[in-house]
Amino acid sequence: MLDRLNFPQPCLSLILFVVWQVLSDGVSGASVVMGLMLAWLIPRLTHGFWPERPPFRKPWKMAGYLLLVTRDIVTASIAVTRLILTPGRPRPVFISYPLTLQNPLAISMLASTISLTPGTVSADVSDDNKLLLIHSLDTEDEQKVIDTIRNRYESRLLEMFQ
Amino acid sequence: MITTALYITIGMVMLAVLLNTYRLLRGPDAPDRVLALDTLYINAIALIILLGITLGTRLYLEAALLIAVMGFVGTVAMAKYLKRGSVIE
Amino acid sequence: MNQALEILLSILLLTGGFFTLAGAIGLARLPDFYTRLHGPTKATTLGVGAIMISSLIYFSVTEGSINMTEILIMVFLVLTAPVSANMMAKAAMHIGVRTTEETRGQGWDQ
Repeated sequence: MLDRLNFPQPCLSLILFVVWQVLSDGVSGASVVMGLMLAWLIPRLTHGFWPERPPFRKPWKMAGYLLLVTRDIVTASIAVTRLILTPGRPRPVFISYPLTLQNPLAISMLASTISLTPGTVSADVSDDNKLLLIHSLDTEDEQKVIDTIRNRYESRLLEMFQ
Repeated sequence: MITTALYITIGMVMLAVLLNTYRLLRGPDAPDRVLALDTLYINAIALIILLGITLGTRLYLEAALLIAVMGFVGTVAMAKYLKRGSVIE
Repeated sequence: MNQALEILLSILLLTGGFFTLAGAIGLARLPDFYTRLHGPTKATTLGVGAIMISSLIYFSVTEGSINMTEILIMVFLVLTAPVSANMMAKAAMHIGVRTTEETRGQGWDQ
C-alpha cells in the first residue's frame, strides 16, 4: 500500500499542485488536500502517455531559456506587426531545417519556440525526426534564419537535454 | 483616464472581431476559417477581461479560462478533422 | 489609485488593443493562408497578454489581494498558440492550400 503513495513524476505533480492552488480562491486546508490528491492521481492516470522520462541534464538552465524566449516573443510581435502594417507584399519562404536534437520533447520545445519568435512558424516535423519544416513570413536569405535558430535556441536546448 | 483607455481598447478589439468575421465569412479555404475562429476566441477572451475591468468584478475570469481551454480543444479537433477526416480514431 | 499607475494601466490596455488589432489586420490583409498564420500566433497572443497584465495589476490594487488566474490564462495561451498553429499548418498542407507566387520552397505532406 505504502509504496503506491509516491509521486512517479515529481515535476508534473508539483505543477498540478501549484495550478490547483491558483485555481481555487486562495490557499486553504481544503485546496491543499485536493491539490495533493490531484497531484497523486493525475500522473497515475496519464502514465501511459509518458513512455519515458525525458533526459533532463541541466534543469537550472531552463529559467534563462524561458527569459530569452519571453524577450523574443515581445520583439517578435513588434517585428510582425511592423510587417503587417507596412504596405507591400511579403516574401514568404518554406525552409527545411535539419535537426540535431533527437529527443521528442526537445524537438517540440524547439518547434514551439520557433513559432513564437520573429517571422517563423514551424509547420511540420518529418516522420524520422530529422527535418523541421518552417514557414517564414519575410526572408531574403534562408541560411541566415537557419543559423539564427541553431545558435540562439538549438544550442541551448542541446546543452539542457544531452 | 483609465475609463477612456478602456473604451478605446474595447473599440479596437471590436474592430479586430469584425476583421476576423470578414475572414471567417470570406474563406477561401477551410483552414482559413479555422484560423479565423481560433483568433475570434482569443479576442473573445480579451473582450471578457475588458468587460470585467469595466464592471469591476473578477467573476468573468473563470469564464475566460474556460473559453481558453475549450477554444484550444476546438481548434485542435477541427484541424485534426481536416487532416484525417475524423476526430477520434 | 494614483496618477502614475493609471497612466501605466492605460498604456498597457492601449498596447494590448493595438496588437490585437494588428493581428486581425494581418489575418484580413495578408495574401495566403501560411502568411496569415503569423498574425494571430504572435501579435494577438502578445496583445491579449498585455490586457491580462493590466487586469492583474488593476484588481491587485483595487482589491488588495493577488489572484493569479490571469497568469494561468496567459501561460495557457502562450503554450497553446504554437500547437494550434502547427496543427492548422499540417491540415492546410494536407489539403493542399495554394500559396502566393512569391513563396519559395514547398510544403510537404506525409
